[in-house]
Amino acid sequence: MAAQTALRTEPATPARSTAGARIVRRAFVVRELGIVLAFALLVVVTAAVNPRFLSAQSIKDLLLGSTILAILAVGQTIVVVSRNVDLSVGSVLGLAAFATGSLFVASPNLPIPVVLLAGVLLGAACGAVNGALVAAARVPALVVTLGTLYVFRGIDYSWAGGRQINAANMPAGFLRMGSTAILGAVPYLALFAVVVLVVAGLYLSWYSSGRDLYAIGSNPSAAHLAGIPVGRRVFAAFVVSGALAGLAGVLHAARFGTLDANAGLGNELDVIAAVVVGGVAIFGGSGSVYGAAVGAVLLTTIGSALPVLGVDPFWQRAAVGALILAAIGLDRALSARLARRLRTRRGGRRA
Amino acid sequence: MRERTRSVLGSWDTVVLVGLVLVILIGAATVDGAATPRFWRFVILEVIPIALIALPMTLVIITGEIDLSVASVLGLTCTAFGQMWAWGVTSLPALLALCLLLGAVLGAVNGLFVTGFGLPSLAVTIGTLALYRGLAYVVLGDRAVANYPPQWTTGAIRPIPGTTIPWTVLVVGVLAMVFGIVLHATPIGRGIYAMGNNADAARFSGVSVRRTKFWIFVATGAMSALAGVFWTLRFASARADNGTGLELAVVAAVLLGGVSIFGGRGGLVGVLGAVALLATLRNTLQLAYVPANTLTIITGSLLIVSVVGPNVAAAVRERLRRRRSTTSTTESAAG
Repeated sequence: MAAQTALRTEPATPARSTAGARIVRRAFVVRELGIVLAFALLVVVTAAVNPRFLSAQSIKDLLLGSTILAILAVGQTIVVVSRNVDLSVGSVLGLAAFATGSLFVASPNLPIPVVLLAGVLLGAACGAVNGALVAAARVPALVVTLGTLYVFRGIDYSWAGGRQINAANMPAGFLRMGSTAILGAVPYLALFAVVVLVVAGLYLSWYSSGRDLYAIGSNPSAAHLAGIPVGRRVFAAFVVSGALAGLAGVLHAARFGTLDANAGLGNELDVIAAVVVGGVAIFGGSGSVYGAAVGAVLLTTIGSALPVLGVDPFWQRAAVGALILAAIGLDRALSARLARRLRTRRGGRRA
Repeated sequence: MRERTRSVLGSWDTVVLVGLVLVILIGAATVDGAATPRFWRFVILEVIPIALIALPMTLVIITGEIDLSVASVLGLTCTAFGQMWAWGVTSLPALLALCLLLGAVLGAVNGLFVTGFGLPSLAVTIGTLALYRGLAYVVLGDRAVANYPPQWTTGAIRPIPGTTIPWTVLVVGVLAMVFGIVLHATPIGRGIYAMGNNADAARFSGVSVRRTKFWIFVATGAMSALAGVFWTLRFASARADNGTGLELAVVAAVLLGGVSIFGGRGGLVGVLGAVALLATLRNTLQLAYVPANTLTIITGSLLIVSVVGPNVAAAVRERLRRRRSTTSTTESAAG
C-alpha cells in the first residue's frame, strides 16, 4: 500500500510515465480486443445464420463445454507468463478425475467439497513435483513436464488398469452439479471457472507476487537481480497450475460421469492453443488470464459454430490451427508497432 | 590422451550406448524371446519412422528451435497418399515424390513463419500441429484407404535376404549418414551448433541463420512425409489419425539422446542410441509381460533423469572441486 502511494506521488517524470503508460494500456486493450472482436463476429454471424445458436440450451452447452478448458487455460497462463510451460495438465486432469471416481466408489456418501478438495490437493502435489524439478533442479519446464506427462498418465493407467467408473458409481447430487444450470443458461460448473478466473486475474494484477511472475517472464536474470525469489515464485506457479488441473479433473468427472484412464488425453495442446489465441506471449512476460479464458471459449465456440454455418465439422481442427497462427502473427505485428512507436517517441524527446 | 579417454567415457553418448547394450544383454539373458531375429524385426519396424523424424528433429533442436507439427505432417501425408491412390495415381515413385513434395511445402510453411516473420517456433508449430492434422481430417474424414497392392505393403517391410531385418532400415542408415556428415563434418553443421549457442554471434560471424533454419524446417517436413509413406505401407492403411502424439515421443527420444532443449549441444549418435534404447526396452518389457503403462512411466522418468542427472552431476562435481581447491589453499597456506 505504502509503495503504491509512493509511486503515485512520485513527480519525477510525470509526462513520460503517463504517456508511456497510456501506450502500454492501449496496446493491452487492443491485444484483448482483437480476440473479443473475433469471438463477437463468430457469434453474430452464426446467430444470423441460425438464431437458435443463441438459445438458452445452446449457450448452456457452450459454457459447459468451455469451463474445463478455461480453468486449465487460467492455470497455464500463470505458468506461461513466468516463461515456463506445463505440458502435464492433461495427465493431471486424468489422474484427478479417476481419483474422484475412486473416492466415490470407496465411500459414496462423501460430501462434494471434500472430493473437490482432494482433487485440488492431488493436482497441487503433481504441480509441486513439476515445480520442484524446474525450480530446484533447474531443468527446462518443457522437458520436465513432457516427462511428467508420461509419468502421471502412466500412473493413471496402472491405477485404472482398464477399469471404467460409471455414472452409477457416483452420487446423483455430484452429477447434477455437472449438468444443471441456474437462470436456465449458466451451468454451475461455469461458476467455478468464473471464480477461478476473477481470483487469478486479481492476483496477477494486484499482488506483488503476481507481478513478480511477469517480471520473471520478461527477464529472469533481471528479476533475480531485483531481489525477486525466482525459484519460489516459479514453484508456486506450477503448484497453482497443478491444483487447477486437479479441480478441472473433478469437474470433468462431474460433467461426463464416465471415467477411464484416458480422461484429458492430449488436452495439453488445446490448453496451450487457448492461451496463445488469448494473446499470452509464449515466451512469458505479457498476457492476461482473461484473454486466455476468452481464447478457451472461442476455441469451444468454433467447434459448435461450424456445423451451424454448414461447414464440414472435419474443418474444426484446421480452423483452430489457422486461428493460432493468425493470433501469434497479429500479436507480433502489434508488438512491432508498439516498439516502433515507443522508439520514435523516445527519439523525438531526445531531439 | 587421458583427457580424451575421459571425455569419451564421461560423455552422454556413451551412457546411452552402454544403457542400450545392458538392456540387450539383460533382456537376452532373462527374457524369453528377447534379442532373437524375430525380436529385432519388430524393434526395427518400430524404430524406422521415429528415427526418420528424429534425424532432422535433432538439427532443429540444436539450432534452438522445435517442431511439434511432425506427427501431423506424417498424418496429412498418409491421407494424401491414400487419397491420391484412390484418385488413380498408381505409380509408387510418383506417389512418393508427391508426398515428399507435400512434406517439404508443409515444412516450408513452418520455416516461413519462424524465420520470415520471426515468430517463436513452439507457438507456430503448435498451430500447424492443429492445422495439418485438421487438413488430414478434411482430406479423408474418418474413412481409411487400405486397398494397396500387396507387393507395395510387403515390399516396404521385406527382409534383407538371409536375415529378418527389413531392408528399409538401410534407407534410414544412409539418411543417418547424410545427416551425420552434415551436422558433424561440414561448415553448415558448425553453423547449426553456433546458432544454437548464440544466434546473434553466429549471424555476426557470417552464418546465414535464417536460411539454414528455413531449410532445416523444410527437411523436417520432407522426412516426416517419408515416415508417413512408410507408415501407410507398413500398416496398409491411410487414416487421418495416423501417428497422433508421435511428436512427443520423437522429442523425448531426441532429448534423452543428450540434445539440449536450449540448443547448441548434442549429437546424432546419442539420439539414434536413445531411439534404439527406447524401442528395445519397450519390446523387451512387453515380452516380459510388463504392462504398457509401466513403459509410459519409464519413458517419462528416463527423460527427466536424463536432464536432471547431468545437472546434479555437474553440481556435485562443482562442490567437490571447490572443496578440493579450498583444501589445497589451506595446505599451501599452512606450508
